[in-house]
Amino acid sequence: MTNLTGFIMPDLGPVMPEIVMTCLALLILLSELVIKRKETIAFFSIVSVAIVTYLLAGSTGTTFNGMFIADGYSLFFKLIFMLNVILTVLISVKYIVIEKVNFGEYYSLILFSTLGMMLMASAGDLITLYLGLELMALSTYVLAGFLRHDIKSNEAAMKYFLLGSFASAFLLYGISMIYGLTGTTDLHAISSYISQKGLSGNPVLTLSMIMFAVAFSFKIAAVPFHMWAPDVYEGAPTSVTAFMSVGPKAAGFAVLGRVFLTAFGAARIEWTGILIPIAILTMAVGNIAAISQTNIKRMLAYSSIAHAGYILLGIIAGTSEGMASVLNYLFIYAFMNIGAFAVVIMLRSEGFKGDNISDYEGLAKTHPLAAALMLVFMFSLTGIPPTAGFMGKFYLFMSAVSAGYTWLAVTAVIFSAISAYFYLRIVMYMYMKEPKTAVQLSASPGIALALAITVIAVLLIGVFPSKVISVARIAAGF
Amino acid sequence: MVPLNWYLMLSAVVFMIGVFGFLTRRNIIIMFMSIELMLNAVNISLVAFSHYLQDMRGQILVIFIITVAAAEAAIGLAIIIALFRNKDTVHVDEMNEMKG
Repeated sequence: MTNLTGFIMPDLGPVMPEIVMTCLALLILLSELVIKRKETIAFFSIVSVAIVTYLLAGSTGTTFNGMFIADGYSLFFKLIFMLNVILTVLISVKYIVIEKVNFGEYYSLILFSTLGMMLMASAGDLITLYLGLELMALSTYVLAGFLRHDIKSNEAAMKYFLLGSFASAFLLYGISMIYGLTGTTDLHAISSYISQKGLSGNPVLTLSMIMFAVAFSFKIAAVPFHMWAPDVYEGAPTSVTAFMSVGPKAAGFAVLGRVFLTAFGAARIEWTGILIPIAILTMAVGNIAAISQTNIKRMLAYSSIAHAGYILLGIIAGTSEGMASVLNYLFIYAFMNIGAFAVVIMLRSEGFKGDNISDYEGLAKTHPLAAALMLVFMFSLTGIPPTAGFMGKFYLFMSAVSAGYTWLAVTAVIFSAISAYFYLRIVMYMYMKEPKTAVQLSASPGIALALAITVIAVLLIGVFPSKVISVARIAAGF
Repeated sequence: MVPLNWYLMLSAVVFMIGVFGFLTRRNIIIMFMSIELMLNAVNISLVAFSHYLQDMRGQILVIFIITVAAAEAAIGLAIIIALFRNKDTVHVDEMNEMKG
């Protein structure tokens, strides 16, 4: 208090990508007023992301008294977020014209949401974590309700908003208990306080870990906090669904890994006890409920719930190898999931929804290339070699086995065998049925580019998996 | 001086009222108010801890929570209005466009 004049400017180097991202997102928000062609705004947002990605490489370190950490772990997550934005913008350009919501705010909201995710990945303090989480969530609520005149989209936004704020209230209660217990909100200070005082097993600590697990399970759509996912994924614009299924989920895993492995590292026995039932339930409900779906967006929602269950295995393993496989899987998941959604978006044309599974009947006869692409993504989501999805699951389950959770890995393999039924059903519909309705594909250069990137990445990582996993191993050594 | 326990009990009670309200009421506006109640319960406990620990972090977080809650209210009400324009209802039970 006495040293008011001695204000020391914090080192802005590590936080530079976020600062630039904020400025560019604001600029894009303003440019909507003068730029009439919205494609230009889409192009600008990709350029902004490229600039931020360039800046990411040179900015590492800890700043703001440890509240902001830019290390390999956060860098890897930020690369996933950047990838997510680029692919989402590419698949959105034509889609939002078809949906008649071609507004410039769309792109700036995506950038603000990504900024929130970047803050979450870098959070070294519970306050930064909360702010990043809310910035991400509030932008995503608006995006989910972006089809203002569509009742389904309104309903999706409403459900997402109500349950999202409910979950963040639990997060805050957890934070307040941890603050009362340890007297700090800094993740490393919490960790050292817990191990010094031998607090593992303390009921207040366990309760607050449950609160954190509730809030993060909501963000990654893990059972029993998954109820919002199918409705929101179905009602939201498909491009936003693609964005939501990768970005907020990856950000949720970023904070889950950081908080549970760093801050609660000393209380591992308790939180694995919380996360193991969540993981098993998530895999079970996700895979079994997906079987009976008739809407492809709902089916992909349950599939994304199931994938959250698989990824939790890497966190439960608790080793840096487990964390590396989580990073690796999320990276692969971004490609295969957005790829699948890109095909779903292509089927949407003027006056034709194209989100029923029956719309895929005989697609191989009318549009062989689109069907072949969908085939690759479905194989990858199932985890069939030589696609990337197989390698991702392989590393994930191996890390669980080497951490001594063989039975959990076996359970996951069984559930992933069940998942083959609903993924391959799409393939069966496309290749073995006769076309009923004439499906018009609404292809555009943007979607073509996104599909090319995703399909090449899925096949390339499937054949040469060592590059990504070795980078992930370096990143996970925090 | 009021002991810390009293504040914590008040906070827990208000939080539970919020949770109960959210789970039982079916009017969106009231559910929304219940969430605000939960956030304010957290604020009470944070300020109490902050005073008790003689540490500013808790109060800083409270300022942030109040700010975010304002933004959340703006977005929440905007979504409610968008919904109300398409469908004359603020009841969650009537939000049943999607099933399965």
